[in-house]
Amino acid sequence: MELSGAQILLESLRREGVDVVFGFPGGAVIDIYHQLPNYPINHVLVRHEQGAIHAADGYARASGKVGVCLVTSGPGATNTVTGIATAYMDSIPVVIFTGQVPTPLIGNDAFQEVDIVGITRSCTKHNYLVKDVTKLAHTIKEAFYLASSGRPGPVLVDIPKDVQQAVTEYKYPKTIKMRSYNPTIEPNVKQVRKVADLIAKAKKPIIYAGGGVISSNAHEELTWLARTLKIPVTATLMGLGCFPGDDPLWLGMLGMHGTFAANHAINNADLILAIGSRFDDRVTGKISEFAKKATIVHIDVDPTSIQKNVLVHVPVVSDCRAFLLALNREMAPRLDEGTATPSHDKWLAQVQEWATEHPVAYSHEGAAIKPQAVVETIYKLTKGKAIITTEVGQNQMWAAQFYRYHTPRTFLSSGGLGTMGYGFPAAIGAQMAFPDKLVIDVAGDGSIQMCIQELATAVCYGLPVKIVILNNGYLGMVRQWQELFYAKNYCATCLDVAPDFVKLAEAYGAAGYRVTDPAEVEKTLKEAFALPRTVIVDIVVDREENVYPMVPAGKPLTEMLLV
Amino acid sequence: MRHIISILVENEPGVLSRVAGLFSGRGFNIETLNVAPTLTPGLSIMTITTHGDEQIIEQIIKQLRKLVTTLKVVDLSEASSVEREMMLLRVDAEGTKRAEILRIVDIFRCKVVDVSPEELIIEVTGEQGKLTALINLLQRYGIKEVARTGAVALRRGMQG
Repeated sequence: MELSGAQILLESLRREGVDVVFGFPGGAVIDIYHQLPNYPINHVLVRHEQGAIHAADGYARASGKVGVCLVTSGPGATNTVTGIATAYMDSIPVVIFTGQVPTPLIGNDAFQEVDIVGITRSCTKHNYLVKDVTKLAHTIKEAFYLASSGRPGPVLVDIPKDVQQAVTEYKYPKTIKMRSYNPTIEPNVKQVRKVADLIAKAKKPIIYAGGGVISSNAHEELTWLARTLKIPVTATLMGLGCFPGDDPLWLGMLGMHGTFAANHAINNADLILAIGSRFDDRVTGKISEFAKKATIVHIDVDPTSIQKNVLVHVPVVSDCRAFLLALNREMAPRLDEGTATPSHDKWLAQVQEWATEHPVAYSHEGAAIKPQAVVETIYKLTKGKAIITTEVGQNQMWAAQFYRYHTPRTFLSSGGLGTMGYGFPAAIGAQMAFPDKLVIDVAGDGSIQMCIQELATAVCYGLPVKIVILNNGYLGMVRQWQELFYAKNYCATCLDVAPDFVKLAEAYGAAGYRVTDPAEVEKTLKEAFALPRTVIVDIVVDREENVYPMVPAGKPLTEMLLV
Repeated sequence: MRHIISILVENEPGVLSRVAGLFSGRGFNIETLNVAPTLTPGLSIMTITTHGDEQIIEQIIKQLRKLVTTLKVVDLSEASSVEREMMLLRVDAEGTKRAEILRIVDIFRCKVVDVSPEELIIEVTGEQGKLTALINLLQRYGIKEVARTGAVALRRGMQG
């Protein structure tokens, strides 16, 4: 079967099971768009390429499938860079197709030409410039394989216009074998036994789980391990949802805005099982003071994550699920013998005491709406069944602290890069993956404005995404730092001029609500969530509310500023 | 400590910049870098010398292994290895200097590869120390130009 490059791309997407592509057309991809109606692929036309890549990313995080994004050359391609870096930092599988000027013009500063392969080299897992149509099908297969295997990540495929037009015999490879790429999936048996032995001796064990647990679909195995052995669990921002948020063993998030219990538990533990997490500086605080009493076991599919920030006693290179399956198998006979683990009752009681003495809390004083209360109300109304996306800043931290996540892939947030503007397009992607689920973007008045134009996309495709703006008229997190560490010099963080978000919603054809009275919050949210439309709920909250607890940057985890 | 890292890579466009970009993007420093094809078609060997403590070198090696186009990474400083670098020197060799320079060339087992009335071009191969020693010696006669390949290295065969 002879096909053009454009047809090869679309046919390959079909064979990869891609049902939705987020994109924006342009001269260098017009041949692909010309063929698009002939293929059973939904195309979501965004209003800015950054929206396309974040939506593809949100789709991938929510569904566990590979997200796909299609944009034109030059500015189309560069507009995706922030989103590519976001996906790279959080290890999200997305494949980005960019158009490129015809091969004879490459390097000639042609119209809308940019070296996107060069630009994205450091923020993709891998990238390609396809110069020969006969290599296109194989490259696409390889791109999907790389994006979704090992430590997942974004892969970019740059396709010149003449390659899209050229015709060749189409053959799509069934499998990919690469001599230079063979990620380790199964753990070393000896290391697994070593971990089991350590657990058998530990009196104060703790599990510190990260996004790797979610991306490897290991939450059930993790939950079994923790519950069977009664090991308390804390997670990173990326790990929220990997363990039920209402379980007595759940300590909440750790790190800079983590709970008192989680941070004290990690610092007093004698054994840390770090699973699919990477000891980010927002998690460890001052590294020399981090978990000094603990033997650290680190499980990660990516060997570069191990020993990068902290010295690890037992490194295990493995897929998180494969490791947990092996560990749980190793544990089973020990459970029968009663040698799996000594009693942790004292430890659990201590941890429990920390949790009850210092829960995440906020002051209820004053007449203004408390942003934390808004998040609590969202939880009350959805019972943890919604998909929550967030922007970045205070809104993100409150969404992490005051909503309880029970299942994986229900909390989508830009963890590593901290990308303002992520949440709303990601919500669009998640809603495309799950049309019947309630998808809520918890936003700030600052970050929502970074990709606000995607309101048109949401309305156009009838996506009932809810945007809840915790509106404090500030770039709140920076203002909080200025207040606490920069002598209240609120330089450039006050958003004096802001749009009327209700009118803005209406201008785009969405619904808009404004809430200023605490008594109206629940009623309005309930009404908004029931509307089968795109909705903005602009909630005017206490202006100078801060996120607590807080570990000042560079301080040990136990030096926490509490409410 | 100085490390010699040998990297076997797919010989395809962009590989060099992936490796070099990895170093610059993570703040590691490359001292010398040498690339050439191997006996196996489609594969190249890169030899990179760099400095760093144990943890940095471990990160460098792991990061290099992580690149999709990398097949193998070896830290040759861990094992006994043979290291060579080639250098060309353009030396001022007017008048009486010439005989002295030629004597040094002889002692160092170098080769004179170009002669003109005013200068000589000398080719020398050896370990870093030998090259440095030669530069130090010839400096007094006036070195006009130097071109160096950077180290290449192989692990020794007979190791106990």
